[in-house]
Amino acid sequence: MVIGACVAFTVYIAVIPLVFLIWQSFRTPQTATTPAVWTFGNYAAAYGTSETFRLFLTSIRFAFGASLFSFIVGTALAWMNERTNTPFKSVFYALSLIPLVIPSILFTVSWILLASPQIGIINQLLQNWLGLQQPPFDIYSMGGMIWVDGLHYSPMAFLLMSAAFRAMDPSLEESATMSGASVWQVLWRVTLKLTWPAIFATILILFVRSIESFEVPALLGLPVGIEVFTSSIYTAVHRYPSQVGLASAYGVALLAITTVGVYTVSRLSGQGSKYATMTGKGFRPRQIDLGGWRWMTAAGFILYFILIVVLPFLVLLWSSLQHFYTVPSREAFHNLTLDPYRFVFTYPDLASTVWNSVLLSFGSATVVMLVTSVICWMVVKTKIRGRWLLDNIASLPLVFPGIVLGLAIMIFYLNVDVGVYGTIWIMYVAYITRFMPYGLRYNTTSMLQIHKELEESAAMCGASWTTTFRRIVLPLLKPGLVAGWIYVMIVSIRELSTSILLYSPDTRVVSIIIWELWQNGQYVELSALGVLFIVSLFVLVLMARWAGGRYGIREA
Amino acid sequence: MLTVQGLYTEYPNDRGEIVRAAQDVSFTVEEGRLFTLLGPSGCGKTTTLRSIAGLERPRAGEISVNGRVVYSSSKGVFVAPNRRGFGMVFQSYAIWPHMTVFENAAFPLEVGDKKYSKKQVRENVMRVLTAVQLDELADREATKLSGGQQQRLALARALVMEPALLLLDEPLSNLDAKLRDRMRFELKRLQRELKITTVYVTHDQSEALALSHEIAVMNQGRIQQIGRPRDIYEHPATQFVADFVGNTNFLEGVVLRASSGAPCCVVRTELGDVTVHTTKPLPVDGRIAVSIRPEDVELSESQPSGENVWQATVEQKVFLGEAIDFRVAVGSRSLLSRQHPTLRTPIGGAIFVRVNPEKCVVFSTQ
Repeated sequence: MVIGACVAFTVYIAVIPLVFLIWQSFRTPQTATTPAVWTFGNYAAAYGTSETFRLFLTSIRFAFGASLFSFIVGTALAWMNERTNTPFKSVFYALSLIPLVIPSILFTVSWILLASPQIGIINQLLQNWLGLQQPPFDIYSMGGMIWVDGLHYSPMAFLLMSAAFRAMDPSLEESATMSGASVWQVLWRVTLKLTWPAIFATILILFVRSIESFEVPALLGLPVGIEVFTSSIYTAVHRYPSQVGLASAYGVALLAITTVGVYTVSRLSGQGSKYATMTGKGFRPRQIDLGGWRWMTAAGFILYFILIVVLPFLVLLWSSLQHFYTVPSREAFHNLTLDPYRFVFTYPDLASTVWNSVLLSFGSATVVMLVTSVICWMVVKTKIRGRWLLDNIASLPLVFPGIVLGLAIMIFYLNVDVGVYGTIWIMYVAYITRFMPYGLRYNTTSMLQIHKELEESAAMCGASWTTTFRRIVLPLLKPGLVAGWIYVMIVSIRELSTSILLYSPDTRVVSIIIWELWQNGQYVELSALGVLFIVSLFVLVLMARWAGGRYGIREA
Repeated sequence: MLTVQGLYTEYPNDRGEIVRAAQDVSFTVEEGRLFTLLGPSGCGKTTTLRSIAGLERPRAGEISVNGRVVYSSSKGVFVAPNRRGFGMVFQSYAIWPHMTVFENAAFPLEVGDKKYSKKQVRENVMRVLTAVQLDELADREATKLSGGQQQRLALARALVMEPALLLLDEPLSNLDAKLRDRMRFELKRLQRELKITTVYVTHDQSEALALSHEIAVMNQGRIQQIGRPRDIYEHPATQFVADFVGNTNFLEGVVLRASSGAPCCVVRTELGDVTVHTTKPLPVDGRIAVSIRPEDVELSESQPSGENVWQATVEQKVFLGEAIDFRVAVGSRSLLSRQHPTLRTPIGGAIFVRVNPEKCVVFSTQ
C-alpha cells in the first residue's frame, strides 16, 4: 500500500511535467477565438532564425567559460589543500558552504554593487585613485557573467576535486618523486592524468550547472542584451502575449543538453575501474613542501576568501546601512542608518512571505525525504524487476533546469485545471519534484550502510513490513534523513528560478521579494533583507553540520 | 518437528544467470533435536535455512513445522516470515544499533500478533536475558556490547517469543577462536536445556560434530549424507563427505579379490595390496578409492604384526602441541599420520606403518 502510493506519486511528479512540456512545444497558443492546434511552428520560430543559433552559441560560451573558470580555481585550491603544506588551509573546508549560504541572486547583486560601471565601488575607487576616465570593470558583459557565476560555484569544483585527489593512492605520486620528478612534473604527469575521469566529470557537472543558471544571466546579461536559454525562457513567458510554446521549444533544447551531460556523468562514474586508484588502505598522503612558495599560495587563498566571502558580504552590509546607495567615504560613515531594516520589517506581506517560504521548505523537505526513503528502500533492498527504472524516474528531475521545470509544471496545471494554479500548492509540487533527486541521494548513501539482516531479523521477530520500516529502517536512516532534510530545507528556501514562473501576488516567497526589490531599484532595502537572509541560512547550515556530526557518530 | 520435502530453490545472480541453490533437499528434524546443515560456501545450506525462515521463496517443495504447513508449492501456501513465529540468529547478529539491549530483546514481543502487557514483556525479556547472562547489561546501548555479548543478545532475541523452531546461520563464525570454543559449549547447554528444535548452518566441521544430534552434509545444492556425527565421521557415504569432514588420505586402486568368509576384500593401490573391511559388495577389477583418517595410520619403530604393514621413511613433521603430524613416504606415496608427541623418530628415519582394515572406508569411483 505505502509502496504503491509512493511509486505512483514519484511517477506522477517526475514524468508528467516532461510529457506536458514536450506536448506544449508542439501546440499553438490558445486564444478566445482559435483553439490550440498541433504545430511545428514553435520549433520553426525557435530554430528557424539565426537569432537562435546565436542564443545557442551564447549559452554554450557562457556555460563553458563559467565552468572552466570555476574548475581551474577549484582544482588549484583542492590541490593546494590536499597535497601541499600551505598555511591556514583548514579554514577552506568551510568555504564549500558558501554557495549554500549566499544565494546566487545575492551574490550577483553584491558583485553589481562592487563592479558595475555606474555604481560599482571598485570601479569608483580605482577611478579616483588612478584618475581613470573610464571605469576599469564592466560587470554587465560576458566576462562579468563568467566571473560571477564561475566564482560562485568554484567551491563546488573544490569539493569534487578534493574528493578525487583524496581517493588517489599517494604512493603513485611518491614513486614518481622517487623516480626523480619535480613537483610540477608529478602534478602534470601523474596526479592530473590519473584524476582525468574525475576532471572530466567535474567539468561536465559544472557545465550543466552553469547552463541551468538563471540569476546571473538574468541580472547581468538581460540589461545589455546578452541572452542565454534560461533568460530567453523567462522573457518569452513574460512577454505579452506570453509565448509559452516558444518557451517550451527552448526548454526542450536546454533539457536535451542537460540530459546528455547528466547521462555522460553517470556513465563516467559507473565505469571507473580502469582508473581505480583506491587501495582501501587507510593512508595519509604525504604533503609536498612548497618552501617559500607556500606564502604565495597562502596569499592566493586569502585573496580568494576576500573575493568570495568578505567583499560580497561587506558590500551588502554597507549598503544596508545607507539611506540610498553610496560609495563608502568619511561622509557616508556619518550617515549610517538602520532605516532599511525598519523598511524590511514593516514591508507589507513580509510576515506572510516568510511564512510561505518556511512552510514550503519545511513541507517539501519532509515529503521528499519520506517518499524517497521508501523509493530508495525498493531500489537498494529489494529485487523487484524494474527497480532501476524507478531509480531513474526519481532522478529524472535532476536534468530539469529550475526554470524549465517551472515552465513544465506551469503548463501542466494550466491545462489540467485542478484548482492548483496560482496557489501555494503548485510551488509545493514544484519544490518536491525539483529536490526529490537530492533526497534520494542522501537516503541511498545511508540505506547502503544498513545490513540486510537487520531487517530480516525484524521479520523473523514477527514484525510486518510497515512496522519494520517504521521501527527499524527509518531510525537507522536517521543520519541521512536529517542531513538530507536540512539540505532540502536550505535549497528550497533560496529557490528562485522555478518559483519565478509559478508565483502569484499571494504566494510570494523571500527570494521572489528580493527579485522584486531589485526590479524596483530598492538596493538598500534589498541589501538589508539579503543580510538577514544570509544570516538565517548560515544558522541553518550550522545546524546541518551539527546534526551531521551528531548523528554520524551513531552509524555503527 | 520440522519436515522439509523435495525443496528446490534458484535465484538469478548479478549477471542474470540462474543459480541452482538447493536441489531436492529433504530431511526431518525430530522435536528438541539440533540438526546441522554442513557444507562449503555456495553449497546451498544458507539458502535452505532462509527458505525455512521464509526469507527466500523456494521454487518447489514443502516445509512444515509441527504439522503446520508454512510452504508448499503444490498447495500454493507461502506463510510470510513474520507470521511463521520462528526465531533466527543471523551471521552478523543483526543487533539494532539504535536500541538498548532490553529494547532489542523486547522487540519480538512488541510487534508480534500476541499482545503482552508491559509487565509480561519485562518478565519474559529479563528471564531470557538471565539465561544468556546479559541481565546486568539490559540498559546498555546495544552497540557497546562485545562480539560474544552481541551473539548472546541475538540468541536471546530469537528465544524470547518461545519459537517453534530456532534457526542459526553460522552464529559463531564472527568470533575469535577462544570465544568460539566457549560459545559452542554455551549454545549446546542452552539448546539441550530448553529442548528447542534447532536448525544450524555452518561450514566448520568441528562445530557441526561438536553440537549436533544429526548432520546433513551438502554439496552443490544436494544433500550428500544425513547421519549422527560419529556415523558421518567414521562411515562417510561419499568421497566428498570423507574429504570435507576431517582430514583423510585417499588411495586409489582396483579390487583384486574378495576375501573368503570375512566381509573383507583386497585392493591393489600405490602402497601395495591393502586389505579393507567392507560390507559393500565390490566387483572384482572395479576402480575404488580408500579413505584412511590420519589418526588411523599407526606408526611404530618396531615392526608390528598383522595385515597392512609397510616400511616407510619420515619425510616431515609438524608439531601441534597436543599432537604431532607426520608425513611418511611408503615407496613413492606420502601418507599423513597423526601421532602422540611422544613418538620422536627423526626426519629421514625408518618407521613402520600399519592400517587397521576396519578403519578403511571404500568408495566406488566408477
